[in-house]
Amino acid sequence: MSLFTDPRWGDALAHLPDYLGNHVRVSLAALALGLAVSLPLAILTRNRPTPRAVLLALASIVQTVPGLALLALFYPLLLLAASVTLAWFGIAFSAFGFLPAMLALALYSMLPVLRNGITGLNGIDPALIEAAKGVGMTARQSLVTVELPLALPVMMAGIRTAAVWVIGTATLSTPIGQTSLGNYIFAGLQTQNWVFVLFGCFASALLALAVDQLLGLIESGLRRRSRVRTALGAAGIAALVVATLIPTMGRSSQSYVVGAKTFAEQYVLSALITDRLQAVGLSAVSRSGLGSSVIFEALKAGDIDLYVDYSGTLWANQLHRTDIKPRAELLAELKTTLAKENITLLGELGFENAYALVIPKKRAEALGIRTIADLAVHASSLSIAGDYEFFSRPEWAALQKAYGLSFRAQRQMQPDFMYAAAASGEVDVIAGYTSDGLIAKYDLVALDDPRHAIPPYDAILLLAPKRAGDERLQAALKPLLGKIDIATMREANLHAAGNDANSSPDAVGKWLWEKVGK
Amino acid sequence: MPSRPMISYARVTKSFGPLKAVDDVSLDIAEGEFVAVVGGSGSGKTTLLRLANRLIEADGGTITVEGDDVQSVDPVALRRRIGYVFQSGGLFPHLSVADNIGITPKLLGVPAAAVATRVDELLELVQLDRGAHRDRLPDALSGGQRQRVGVARALAARPRIVLMDEPFGALDPLTRDALGDDFRELHRRLGLTTVMITHDMTEAILLADRIAVMRSGKLLAQGTPAELSKSGDDYVLELLRTPRRQVERLNALLPQSGAA
Repeated sequence: MSLFTDPRWGDALAHLPDYLGNHVRVSLAALALGLAVSLPLAILTRNRPTPRAVLLALASIVQTVPGLALLALFYPLLLLAASVTLAWFGIAFSAFGFLPAMLALALYSMLPVLRNGITGLNGIDPALIEAAKGVGMTARQSLVTVELPLALPVMMAGIRTAAVWVIGTATLSTPIGQTSLGNYIFAGLQTQNWVFVLFGCFASALLALAVDQLLGLIESGLRRRSRVRTALGAAGIAALVVATLIPTMGRSSQSYVVGAKTFAEQYVLSALITDRLQAVGLSAVSRSGLGSSVIFEALKAGDIDLYVDYSGTLWANQLHRTDIKPRAELLAELKTTLAKENITLLGELGFENAYALVIPKKRAEALGIRTIADLAVHASSLSIAGDYEFFSRPEWAALQKAYGLSFRAQRQMQPDFMYAAAASGEVDVIAGYTSDGLIAKYDLVALDDPRHAIPPYDAILLLAPKRAGDERLQAALKPLLGKIDIATMREANLHAAGNDANSSPDAVGKWLWEKVGK
Repeated sequence: MPSRPMISYARVTKSFGPLKAVDDVSLDIAEGEFVAVVGGSGSGKTTLLRLANRLIEADGGTITVEGDDVQSVDPVALRRRIGYVFQSGGLFPHLSVADNIGITPKLLGVPAAAVATRVDELLELVQLDRGAHRDRLPDALSGGQRQRVGVARALAARPRIVLMDEPFGALDPLTRDALGDDFRELHRRLGLTTVMITHDMTEAILLADRIAVMRSGKLLAQGTPAELSKSGDDYVLELLRTPRRQVERLNALLPQSGAA
C-alpha cells in the first residue's frame, strides 16, 4: 500500500471542514480581538515611555508562558469568572472551548502587534511629525495622514507575525475543548497515526501561509494606495471566514458530545460510544484530546455529555482522597459523592486501567522480580520513567511509602514512547498502564502490588448532570457495561497503536463492538 | 511705524530647563517686510520662529500675529494661516508632490477640484514642470526641487505670512542662489511678510530688508545692513566682517571678465 492510497488520508480529509472551520474561527477571532486591544494601546502609549515600558514588559511575560500552559490556565480562570457572574448577575457562560482559547490566543498575539506598533510609530522622523503640525494638522489628522501610513510596513509586519503565531498556537487549543487542526496532531500522536500528524501540521502551515499572504496583499494595497489590492486581501479573509461557517450551519446543536482524554484508549472508547449512540439514532459527536483536568469540569458544566474516566483518578483528583479502599467500596463511595454533584456514574465497562510498574520480562526473570516488593531491593541501581503526571500523583507517594522505593533516577516521558524505552533498556522500569497493549507487544511484565498501594482504576461511564434522567441515552449505553475485559481492551489498544489503516480510533471502535456486542 | 506690525514679539521668553533659549526678546515685523534672523546654532533663532505659530509655546511676554494675541487663537487655525518652510523640506515621503502641496487647503476643507487647480498654479509659481513632477514622490526629486515643493506647500493656502527655517541651508550654492532670488521675487509679487532663519550673513544681507541678530537667546541688534554696520556690538560687527572680507578676496582672486 503506497502512502497516497492510504485510506487515512480520506479519513483526515473528512474531518477537515470541521477542524479547519473551528481553527479559522478561533484564530481570526483571537487576532481581531488582539488587534482591537493592542493597536489602540500602541497608539496611546507611543509618546508615554513609562506605560509603554510596562505594557511591553507585560506582553513579553505573556510570551514566555508556553502556549499550552497559557491556554490551560485560561480554563480555570474562566471557570472562576463564570461562577462569579452566575452568583452576582445570574449569567452563566461556558468556560470551555472557544472562549478560553480565543482569549489566550488574543493575549498571545499582543506582543508582536504592540512592539511593532510602538517601534513603527516611534521610528518616524520627528521632523515629519513637526511638519504635520506646521502645515496645520490636528493630532488626529497627523496620526491618520502621516504617522500611521509611515509606520504601516513595520506595524503590518507585527500583525503578520501575530497571525502566524496565533494560527500555529491554535493547534494547542484542542486540550481545552476547542476543536482545531490540533485535533489531528493530538489524535495522531496518541494513536501513532502519522498521517494525521502530518495532515494537521501541513493544514495549519498552509492556513498560516495563506493568511500571511492575504495580509501582505492588504499591506501592499494600503502602501501603494491601491484599493483593488486592499479589497482583494480583505475579501480573501472574509471568504475564508464565510467558507468555514457553511459546514456549521446545517449541524444540529442537539448532538450528544462524547468526551475523550488525550490517549489512545480514550479515543477508541469515545469512537465506540459515538458509534453506538448513532446506531440507535441519536446524533452524537466526539470531542477528543481534552486535558485530564478539563474534562471533568466540562462534564460538570454540561459542555460534554459523557465520557469514560477511571475510579482511582477521580478518587485522588476530584475527591482528594489519599486513603485506598477496596474496589467495591471505593466505587460505591465515588458514586454517592458524584451523585451530590448530579453526575451519574452509570457503571463500569469491565476493565481496569491502573498504573503498574512494568519491566522487561527477561530482566524480571533474571533478577527474580515478581512484585514491587522484590523490585524495591534493586531500585537504588535502577532508573524509572513515568508519564507527565505520574510523579506528582498520590499513587507515586503511596508506592514509595509502602515499599520504600528509591530509584537512581526518574524521568518523564510521552506515554507512547515509554514502553519502547523500557524494551530497549533506555530506562529500567516504567510506570505503565495495565490496559496497554504494548506491554505484551514489547514482552514486558506488570509487577504485582501485594500491599495494594495503587488504588483500583475501573473504567467507568460518567454522564453530565443534564443527562441524569435521559432514558434513551442510558439504554444505548447499557450494552457496553461490564462487557470489555482487560484482555479485549489491551488488544484494542494494541490495534490503535498500530500505524496502519485499521488503527484509526473509529476502526478500532468498530472492531471492539464486533468483539463485545454479540 | 505707519501701520501696526504683522508679527510682534514683546518681551518674549522661553526656557528649556535651565537653558534660556529666548531671553526677553522684542521685535516687530511690518507688513510686506522680509526679515532675516541670523545667529549661530543654539542662539535661539529657530525657537523664536516657532513661537510665532505656536509650534513652541512661550513662557512669558506677548506675541501677536496680524493683531491677534497668539494665545487667544486656536493653534491649529493659526498654523493654517501662516506658511511654514521646513529646513530640509519636511515633505511627507508617502504623499505625491501634488498631495504635499495641497495638504493645507485640503485640511481647510477646500473641494478636491479647487485644490488640484491651486496645486497647478503653485507648481507654475515655483517653476516646477507640472507633467514631470506633479505625481512623483518626494524621494524622486532633487534637493532644490524638494525645497521648491516645500515653498509651494507653504504658499498653498494663500497665507500673508511665511516663516522659513533655514530653507536653503542644505542646497548647493548655485541652486541656493537661484532659489533665494526666486523666493525674494515671490515675496514681492505676492505681498508676503517673511521671516527667514539663517546662519549665513551673506544670504541675509542679499535677501532681507532687515536683519535681526541673535546670540544666546538675546536679540543683539536689528536693522538694515547699513544700520547694523554702525552697531557698537563686537559680535554683530564680526558677523558683518566675514561677508565683506569674502567680497574683497573674491574681487582680488577673480578676473573681472569672469563675473559676467
